[in-house]
Amino acid sequence: MTEHNIRNFAINFGPQHPAAHGVLRLVLELDGEVVERVDPHIGLLHRGTEKLIEHKTYVQATPYFDRLDYVSPMNQEHAFCLAIEKLAGIEVPRRAQLIRVLFCEIGRLLSHLLNVTTQAMDVGALTPPLWGFEEREKLMIFYERASGARLHANYFRPGGVHQDLPPKLIEDIDAFCDPFLQVVDDLDALVMESRIFKQRNVDIGIVSVDECMAWGFSGVMVRGSGIPWDLRKSQPYECYEEMDFDIPVGKNGDTYDRQVIRMEEMRESARIMKQCCAKLREPAGQGPIASMDGKFAPPPRREMKRSMEALIHHFKLYTEGFHVPEGEVYAAVEAPKGEFGVYLVSDGTNKPYRCKIRAPGFAHLQAMDWMCRGHLLADVSCVLGTLDIVFGEVDR
Amino acid sequence: MTPLELIGTVLLIALKSFVLLAALLVFIAYALLADRKIWAAVQLRRGPNVVGPYGLFQSFADLLKFVLKEPVIPAGANKAIYLLAPLVFAMLALSSWAVMPIADGWAIADINVGVTYIFAISSLGVYGVIMGGWASNSKYAFLGALRSAAQMISYEVSLGFVIICVLMCAGSLNLTRIVTAQDTSLGLFGWYWLWLFPMFVVFFISALAETNRPPFDLPEAESELVAGYMVEYSSTPYLLFMLGEYVAIMSMCALGTVLFLGGWLSPIPFAPFTWVPGVIWFILKASFLFFGFAMVKSIVPRYRYDQLMRLGWKVFLPLSLVSVVVVAFVLKITGLAPGA
Repeated sequence: MTEHNIRNFAINFGPQHPAAHGVLRLVLELDGEVVERVDPHIGLLHRGTEKLIEHKTYVQATPYFDRLDYVSPMNQEHAFCLAIEKLAGIEVPRRAQLIRVLFCEIGRLLSHLLNVTTQAMDVGALTPPLWGFEEREKLMIFYERASGARLHANYFRPGGVHQDLPPKLIEDIDAFCDPFLQVVDDLDALVMESRIFKQRNVDIGIVSVDECMAWGFSGVMVRGSGIPWDLRKSQPYECYEEMDFDIPVGKNGDTYDRQVIRMEEMRESARIMKQCCAKLREPAGQGPIASMDGKFAPPPRREMKRSMEALIHHFKLYTEGFHVPEGEVYAAVEAPKGEFGVYLVSDGTNKPYRCKIRAPGFAHLQAMDWMCRGHLLADVSCVLGTLDIVFGEVDR
Repeated sequence: MTPLELIGTVLLIALKSFVLLAALLVFIAYALLADRKIWAAVQLRRGPNVVGPYGLFQSFADLLKFVLKEPVIPAGANKAIYLLAPLVFAMLALSSWAVMPIADGWAIADINVGVTYIFAISSLGVYGVIMGGWASNSKYAFLGALRSAAQMISYEVSLGFVIICVLMCAGSLNLTRIVTAQDTSLGLFGWYWLWLFPMFVVFFISALAETNRPPFDLPEAESELVAGYMVEYSSTPYLLFMLGEYVAIMSMCALGTVLFLGGWLSPIPFAPFTWVPGVIWFILKASFLFFGFAMVKSIVPRYRYDQLMRLGWKVFLPLSLVSVVVVAFVLKITGLAPGA
């Protein structure tokens, strides 16, 4: 008998694949339709963000964070600002904190809406994304009304935020929340309760608690496996402490649990947003929107026109930028996709010496191989969807 | 028959076929538009609305676009089979309309084994898909073709048993006879959709699977196989695949109309409803089924390959088998069997 060399069927999934969520290239080894091995190739969207940041002043570096996870830009800026503030010891005024929390939750909605609906598209339902994007559009208009840009906001600045919110915008965001819950319910009925959606997602891509720990998961990926770990609760930053919200956790650690958690988190986010809006309108919520320390945050324009000192501050900040004391710091936020951290090393100049970005998507993508093994080809896109990968932050 | 008569008959058939084909293709152009419009409405979009009033000429613009584009044939493809596949697919889909009784006596070929003919032709359709997927010499297309073959065979089995149920009730394989068998004083309650309701549901779902429509669109699953067996196709060959697909969907709708919705019969069996030409009723009923196809497409996610197989073999096959037995039993006991 002759020996036959049986080779597995290898296919290239991406980078130009409709379900590759950007520019992922997966080399799949298939045995029939069963996945034997997944080899993710990354780096197709590498832009050298970390290196570029080393050559920019701190304020010039913030926009780069919008371009990491471009689905929820302000959450990334937040981590960078927190790192600078921690290192320089700047106090953020309360109103700025409230605005930041408000917009971080908007970012969470932006991200989860995209993820839940496109994951549904990955399993074949083509309508949910359009329902979700209807709401995303409204949220992006909020972004625009606050910062002037729909996507790359550059709104959070070290020491606070760039500009105050118009009162009408706070009203509109408040008015958005309740009808939004209705949309979440509709999506629930369309997607989560669909029998086919359940069949496609239950018991797919199961992650155990140990695996979560071993692979450095965070965010929904851990909460899906039943660990109530959320930086907003476990190590509160800004004014999350005073907010009343719950952390939904899953039981089985499968794809379905994670998607349900995302739906639930959207409801919680809307709850936080309502509280923020209420607090922003209270007398206690009034005040400056950026640190009053003229060495870090630019003075209000009105003042700049009258005070010589303010003018000098303005000039210095927009030419040389501020100097951050020597030292190193790690600051992390609970971004929609998980723990987004910035490790900052400062040598005392106006530019960071090193800025290491810890993107949750990167840690999650490593898991593609063992999460997909033994599943069918169709489950690859399903698992990829539930990992919530955005290539801006994975490739950086 | 003199040679002159023979030529006359042939010409008449050719003319009939031409008229049917033209009418069918125009109807399908609008069915395609309707499909997109319904889909758009569910998705809170407007759908095509630029070409002509309300986008009414969209399908024709698309046709022109496809025809005028350059066909790209992959270097590794088997050229002959690659180009033959869409032709086979579209031709087979169209040829099943030869026996379709659109109104009383309006079938081009009113043959005795109409149902069997349609069944055979629609089974052959899978050859187009396999040829296309294989000749493209692309891995995605190959996987799509394999899936398609398995899927069509699985669902044809249960579809066959569903049709057997209808045949036992009607007592004929002739499509016209099947329709006239439903012509009772009960109107729409005398049609088989009510008496064989579970079979009607199985038929509808199997028809979705047979025509590769969501949730059974695995051969062309966008999020897995990009476009499955059609992935390498462009221009007119692609158009033929698309056309064949929609023709197949329409013929499934028409078959459903004939088997379960009383063909050209009026739903209310007295004047003035019976004055309405049968063809109008037929088109309305087929459109109703098509609306169902379109709505399903816009709502459901896609099955996974193994789930599709499980549904086909473990749910539909036993269900339709049991139904055949039950229907036969009931017909025998009650003496309602035709010819009994």
